[in-house]
Amino acid sequence: MDTHATNLPDSAEADAHAPGEVEHAHPTWSTYWKVALILTLITVAEVWLYYIPSFVAGRGFIPTLLVLSALKFTIVVMFYMHLKYDHRLFRVLFTGPLMIASLTLLALMFLFGHLYIKIM
Amino acid sequence: MATTAISTPAYRGEYSGEQSGLWSWLSTVDHKRIGILYLYTALFFFMFGGVEALILRAQLGAPNQHLVSAEFYNQLFTMHGTTMIFLAIMPLSAAFFNFLIPLQIGARDVAFPRLNAFSYWVYLFGGIFITVPILFAVAPNGGWFGYAPLTTKPYSPGINIDFWVIGLQILGVSSLAAAFNFLTTIINLRAPGMTLMRMPMFTWMAFVVQFLLVLAFPVITIALVFLLFDRFFGTNFYNTVSAGADPLLWQHLFWIFGHPEVYILVLPAFGLVSEVLPTYSRKPLFGYPVMVYSGILIAALGFGVWAHHMFAVGMGPIADTFFGLTTMLIAIPTGVKIFNWIATMAQGAIRYTTSMLFGIGLVGLFTIGGISGIMHSSPPADLQQTDTYFIVAHFHYVLFGGSIMGIFAGIYHYFPKIQGRLMDEKLGKIHFWLTFIAMNLTFFPMHFSGMLGMPRRIYTYDAGQGWDLYNAMSTAGAMIFPIAMLIFIYNFFKSRKSGEIAGSNPWGAGTLEWSIPSPPPDYNFAKIPTVTSRYPLWEGKEVDHESARINSQEGKTAAELGIVMPYNTIKPLLVALGLIIMFCGLMTTPILIAAGAALLVFSLYSWLLSPLEPEHH
Amino acid sequence: MTAPAARIHVAHTSAPAPHHYTTLGLDSRKVAIWAFIGSECMLFVSLISTYLIYKGRSVVGPFPHETWTDPTTGHVLKPILNIPVTSASTFVLLMSSLFMVLALAAVQNKEKPKHSRGDRILGNSKLWLWMTAIAGTTFLGFQAFEFTSFVHEGLTIRTNLFGSSFFTLTGFHGAHVTAGVLWLVTLLAIDYRRGLGSRDSLLVDIAALYWHFVDVIWIVIFTLVYLIK
Ligand code: HEM
Ligand SMILES: [Cu+2]
Repeated sequence: MDTHATNLPDSAEADAHAPGEVEHAHPTWSTYWKVALILTLITVAEVWLYYIPSFVAGRGFIPTLLVLSALKFTIVVMFYMHLKYDHRLFRVLFTGPLMIASLTLLALMFLFGHLYIKIM
Repeated sequence: MATTAISTPAYRGEYSGEQSGLWSWLSTVDHKRIGILYLYTALFFFMFGGVEALILRAQLGAPNQHLVSAEFYNQLFTMHGTTMIFLAIMPLSAAFFNFLIPLQIGARDVAFPRLNAFSYWVYLFGGIFITVPILFAVAPNGGWFGYAPLTTKPYSPGINIDFWVIGLQILGVSSLAAAFNFLTTIINLRAPGMTLMRMPMFTWMAFVVQFLLVLAFPVITIALVFLLFDRFFGTNFYNTVSAGADPLLWQHLFWIFGHPEVYILVLPAFGLVSEVLPTYSRKPLFGYPVMVYSGILIAALGFGVWAHHMFAVGMGPIADTFFGLTTMLIAIPTGVKIFNWIATMAQGAIRYTTSMLFGIGLVGLFTIGGISGIMHSSPPADLQQTDTYFIVAHFHYVLFGGSIMGIFAGIYHYFPKIQGRLMDEKLGKIHFWLTFIAMNLTFFPMHFSGMLGMPRRIYTYDAGQGWDLYNAMSTAGAMIFPIAMLIFIYNFFKSRKSGEIAGSNPWGAGTLEWSIPSPPPDYNFAKIPTVTSRYPLWEGKEVDHESARINSQEGKTAAELGIVMPYNTIKPLLVALGLIIMFCGLMTTPILIAAGAALLVFSLYSWLLSPLEPEHH
Repeated sequence: MTAPAARIHVAHTSAPAPHHYTTLGLDSRKVAIWAFIGSECMLFVSLISTYLIYKGRSVVGPFPHETWTDPTTGHVLKPILNIPVTSASTFVLLMSSLFMVLALAAVQNKEKPKHSRGDRILGNSKLWLWMTAIAGTTFLGFQAFEFTSFVHEGLTIRTNLFGSSFFTLTGFHGAHVTAGVLWLVTLLAIDYRRGLGSRDSLLVDIAALYWHFVDVIWIVIFTLVYLIK
């Protein structure tokens, strides 16, 4: 019991250092600015659509906006929050709650009559 | 609270000047000490809530009584429910989370020891905050689910509801902080070889509960923020009269939290009996993987059944069908658990210790509550039962018969680990049988009074409706509880002082926490063990003998072993204090808000910028 | 969840202090922040649901997208939302996320040699932390402007269901941004006092995760509250 390392099994020591080695997937500046550009373009598109009255009146308006927003959401989470490159535990910790949250939102929309299923 | 007297030599703070005494408890960051603080505090609140219940039952013992006023009766049942749920059962579970999780997974402490202390202090202060008003008859009076708009200013103008809204908000902070802590601990501090599918079932259920807490509490937080804003700043969230607010908004938000909450209350007890039954049957838990998956399934489905509490409001056929179905479905994994416990006991070498009796008690009594639950999962049946004593019978069978029985099983089982001495079995068995009889005598007749139409939450009733006998029985049963509790308390304190010395594994249990001395040294494991099976102490040949030998040695200090321990610190308590002062300011003067915020920010920065433990070379 | 260490992809996780064994080789603080973010999903979903539930249910104006004429006074109240201003603030917040990843990259690569002027700019953690904090503050400035102009146009948190749910939702988001700015300023203070190096990556990483999450929430709010009529 002289050093602290004896409290750890050897493999654990090695594990603790492992993360540094797998840095090849690391995104860089060129990824980052491209992501920013894409996000900006989507935002411009969203606002643009908002100002086209005929499109706003059509049936495609809300779904299109939702898809664009979800796209931005995913891009930020995957690249800026680097979920794409990180430990899959984090993916579970995020997507699990996100799914429960989204389903709750959907259920509430049904319950309060903002969404409905047409029977017949 | 008798917290200062319970230091045992084993919990020595190595790096703090103080070894025992009040200061060492105020500044502790040791998960075992914090667990003990939770245990004592929650037992106190459990008895406080019990006294409230006794007054309720005394009032209902016979028709047309006027022991308490209708108004005070409202305060009593509101505070009884709130106390039992938020101040007794949840913190009793937290006591076990604290004490057991690190021991069961082979860790030296939780992931964030100071945050852990913070959770406790917030709980204590929040508990005091919400409990004191009843001593002055200004306690919350809107029921434990505080339905708005009833609880908004126009209908509840007094300060009663303010205590409830703010008190629950405070307690939510405590629960959430603790949940992040335990979640991280279980994910990240498991000893080598302790894979998820080797985790003791208590830790598994605790793991599931932390997810429920993390996902359910934000919803009640927001529902309460709305109510707080409505009451303090005149917003319109629940203003149905002039602003067109929807009277169902609160109910939905509350029950989105509320149903997961009932699993938060019962799953830890399920976990405890899943340790108790195998130990006293000398058999591994039957169907371990199925127990894990059913726990996860219960939790997941638990987010999709909330509106079964709202069948009576008229949600329409689609919603009724959906929530009726999901509710029936959730009974399946629950039933699976019951069958697995029975199969665990089947053909085992059963020892009927007190702990085992409470464990078996849970299996039987919870089943009754589960069955009445399925009865009101069908909307047409529920319309007959809702808001009657039938519901009261249901949730007491699941909460008393489930949670409380499980917690007592856990207390008798783990007392030797916590205090180093055994509890008296003879007194324990008297405690069990009295509790068992009292429980059934009190709550079984409520099925009948409920079926005969007796509504919940009435403070008195006329004779001749067929309810008199059942109420008399319930009241008689209730009066047995205090006797049982006194015996328990006597046993508890007597055994703590002079019980038989327990040794590290008095029950011959199989999980890691029994491999170390009782009470465990402050560092828990002298050597972090390597785990190779679900019951490392049972499967002889696979035992990590080297660490077993080192870990069972007593009397070595952390310093002698070269183990780095966290510093004791008072800062978490100060941050908690700042938080409470802020909330008190909300009810009194902005000066307090500023003072509380200053204390909070200052102590928080000082906490975050000071190291957890000594640098190590 | 118990993948062997060799398969773990942890590009951004700095190695935990070696004497603290963790099961997954991850730093506990990062596990906790992700759990926290999961929890925040439920918090914001409760707020957003309420906003949507009450959409179109206010009995008096002003309304978000429609004009409203007060039947008693004949006053005409214009639609309240100002899309151009909010688009600008949305853009600022998006850019703050870019600055934030650059701050993290700068801290992670602190010790790597810098060959060009571009390398040195990209490697300047103080610069990017400042930029992020300033962008966050600018966003808050936009929000303050938005709130005051709404009040001038007759919408307060007490006016109607829209006012209550709108101010509470966006106010909660603003409070999160404020906390994030304070967090960034704290990191800056540390950077000035002792310099943030690659061993501090985790400190910046968890702040960044929080920051991006707050940004992501705004992406949702911008669409659901501002753009969809
Ligand atoms: C088989 C599983 C269960 C089913 C099918 C079930 C079903 C139900 C239903 C339908 C209600 C609403 C009744 C009404 O108000 O009209 C209810 C109420 C309740 N249940 Fe359960 N339940 C189950 C398990 C549990 C558990 C495990 C607990 C707690 C440990 C619990 C605690 C409660 C409480 C506290 C209420 C009453 C809430 C109130 O009105 O104050 N239930 N249950
Ligand atoms: Cu329920």
